[in-house]
Amino acid sequence: MNNQIEKRIELKAPVSRVWRALTDYREFGQWFRVKLEGPFVPGQIVRGQITYPGYEHVKWEAVVHKMEPERQFSFTWHPYAVDSKIDYSKETPTLVEFRLEKTSKGTLLLLTESGFDKIPSDRRPEAFRRNDGGWTEQMKNIENHVAPTS
Amino acid sequence: MSHQRRSRVAARRQPRAPVFAALGDETRLSLVAKLCGGQPYSISQLTKGSKLTRQAITKHLRVLESAGLVRNVHAGRESRFEFDPKPVEEIREYLDLVSAQWDQALSRLKSFVEH
Repeated sequence: MNNQIEKRIELKAPVSRVWRALTDYREFGQWFRVKLEGPFVPGQIVRGQITYPGYEHVKWEAVVHKMEPERQFSFTWHPYAVDSKIDYSKETPTLVEFRLEKTSKGTLLLLTESGFDKIPSDRRPEAFRRNDGGWTEQMKNIENHVAPTS
Repeated sequence: MSHQRRSRVAARRQPRAPVFAALGDETRLSLVAKLCGGQPYSISQLTKGSKLTRQAITKHLRVLESAGLVRNVHAGRESRFEFDPKPVEEIREYLDLVSAQWDQALSRLKSFVEH
């Protein structure tokens, strides 16, 4: 088990097209299925309402982190915050990063969502750096242990 | 992804953060690695071969215990700790869910920009 999500997808569209689909709040809203109240601006909160059928009651909120035209777009949010009874603002948000690379066929889009491991401890980042390989290895051990077939 | 499964996972989101936190430490990871063999260990057994003191090991075990990763089991007068895989399963299930949602969103993005 990895503690960050990584996706890569090849899109047959120019980088400029993908950039617009990601950062124009109306276009983003169409494929992501959220009706956003306003544009993405670095450092600012963007709010909206999910339009995914069955989840229309769910509010969407993110804080825009970086917008580096046609290269990088990132925001922090609380993933899968669908339960209105839970105050997600108490949880550490995760960081979602989109990176764009031009390819011969179009655009390579790399997505990472990280920060699932965040904890409020000063020692934590160093411990994690030193233990990167160990962490992955240990989680594998745990996973093997908990896998239903083992 | 059924609605029922979504609600079930959503309903137990809360205890996740302490689990990640508890596992974010080398000593505790090594304790978990030892315990996830399935056999319960006493504090003395866990201290043996470690550079840490009994008190330090106990402190780490309490952190793991409060995150639900280990349980204190008593057999007569003896106190031992055993691994509980449930929180790890839940984390994995949660990450799988977030990951699946990105797959869906990115495939919608693909059709959106390619057509």
